[in-house]
Amino acid sequence: MKKPINEMRLVMPSCSSNESFARVAVASFVAQLDPTIDEITDIKTAVSEAVTNCIVHAYKDSIGNIYIHSKIFEDGKVSVKIRDTGCGIGDVKQAMEPLFTTGGEERAGLGFAVMESFMDKLKVRSTEGRGTTVILEKYLIRRERNDN
Amino acid sequence: MTVRITTEGEEMKALLVGEIDHHSAREARERIDAQVEKTHPKLLILDFAEIGFMDSSGIGLIMGRHRLMNELGGTLRIENTSRTVSRMIKMAGLGRLSIETGGTKR
Repeated sequence: MKKPINEMRLVMPSCSSNESFARVAVASFVAQLDPTIDEITDIKTAVSEAVTNCIVHAYKDSIGNIYIHSKIFEDGKVSVKIRDTGCGIGDVKQAMEPLFTTGGEERAGLGFAVMESFMDKLKVRSTEGRGTTVILEKYLIRRERNDN
Repeated sequence: MTVRITTEGEEMKALLVGEIDHHSAREARERIDAQVEKTHPKLLILDFAEIGFMDSSGIGLIMGRHRLMNELGGTLRIENTSRTVSRMIKMAGLGRLSIETGGTKR
């Protein structure tokens, strides 16, 4: 497996005020690869969805830690792993269906669908009672560097 | 996020400013709903022109306001949505609902 050219780890409690911090932190880290504005928006949106899932679902009536581990690679690949040790998902396939939600009337049920569509790859591993790990991957378009 | 509400006759416009996520959507929702329930507008406009970032919580915000306006016999219109917002609106199948759309941002 190829080695990343850089990586970063973050741990934060599942307070909703950390939603914006998490996506901005990942975006700042990924900025080293010189992404386009659209690429950054896609990554920020996907990270926001994954972190919101931890807050709304994994730690529904409690506060727990959210672990973020992001890596960037020479070929422009970005990977972001977002992990919680919350309640876990019983039926991952059902949870990933667009519009399925257990989050109540104000939730659209689009979280996983957005992650899937805004990133190139989405992996979800979950064990009930143990927690969920989401891995987001995106290949940034490598642009010719103009060093003049 | 801040919400700037203006009312003109039976039209109420909420200009959303900043970023919409699960954290910020709650306050926006409470402000808008309180005003809608007070003035009972025929048309509610959600203006996304000043939104710099939005995740699917914004879609929940739209769906909830659509439901509210429906109950009150009014209409919801959304304006100035960005590329990302339009993409999520499509994913959510909001086209099926009777939501008016106006002007799109680049």
